[in-house]
Amino acid sequence: MPVVLFLLIAAAFGLGALMMGGLFRLRRPYPEKLMPYESGIDPVGEPRQRFSVRFYVIAMLFVVFDVEAVFMYPWAVVFDRIGLYAFVEMLIFIFVLLVGYLYAWKKEAFRWE
Amino acid sequence: MVELFFGYLAGAVVVLSLLVVFSRNAVHSVLWMLLMFLHMAGLYLLLNAEFLAATQVIVYAGAILVLFLFVIMLLNITEEMRLEQFTVGWPMGVSVSLGVLIAMLAALSGFRTDLKGPWSIEAVERTTHTKALGKVLYTEYMLPFEIASLVLLVAIVGAVYLAKKRLR
Repeated sequence: MPVVLFLLIAAAFGLGALMMGGLFRLRRPYPEKLMPYESGIDPVGEPRQRFSVRFYVIAMLFVVFDVEAVFMYPWAVVFDRIGLYAFVEMLIFIFVLLVGYLYAWKKEAFRWE
Repeated sequence: MVELFFGYLAGAVVVLSLLVVFSRNAVHSVLWMLLMFLHMAGLYLLLNAEFLAATQVIVYAGAILVLFLFVIMLLNITEEMRLEQFTVGWPMGVSVSLGVLIAMLAALSGFRTDLKGPWSIEAVERTTHTKALGKVLYTEYMLPFEIASLVLLVAIVGAVYLAKKRLR
């Protein structure tokens, strides 16, 4: 219930601020104003270009280590109950991913050539 | 009250999933999917699975959708979208989804709610979800947990290998 209340207030605040602005602001559009803003330079060409595959590698590695970190949350919460057993378990888990990390490192996946 | 929330969330998930599938613009699809993942996190909250809900938002909405966006921008799908190869496969798609639907309807008669394990709703509420999950995951399901690390390792190696091969 508090979560729902929080979401409702947050959504109402955001939408309310936008709607209040829409009610009171002046609307005098001209072509230059409606153009996408590119730091004062006239935009040239398509906004959608092909991205480099490097972004994909970085995102993929991020997802993997993000999941690794997610596994550590419940581990940390119950660590005082399970103790050494859980510690060894997590060491194995981290070691396996460390192998992957070293592989990515040696293959220069982190380098932006 | 709970039924009302469930109805809203379930309905929203269905509508948003349809929007994901029917969007012409692949980037719009991903953004609809983001909203759908947030609603699914809401469904997890209703199931007393707070940790799962937070993970859903952080990992799926935060990380995996970024990956989807990168793949779409990598392929730059705008021109390829109208190509034949993406539309000719529809009879196969329809038959597979119909088959899954029939299998699910057949399984519906075997659906039971009276089974009880050691982790009832009250037990999970008492220990809190994250603790309950940790307790089970790091003792009983130790092997699947370690296998998960291997799966992640394969993901790293696969991504690095594929991408680096293309760069050379």
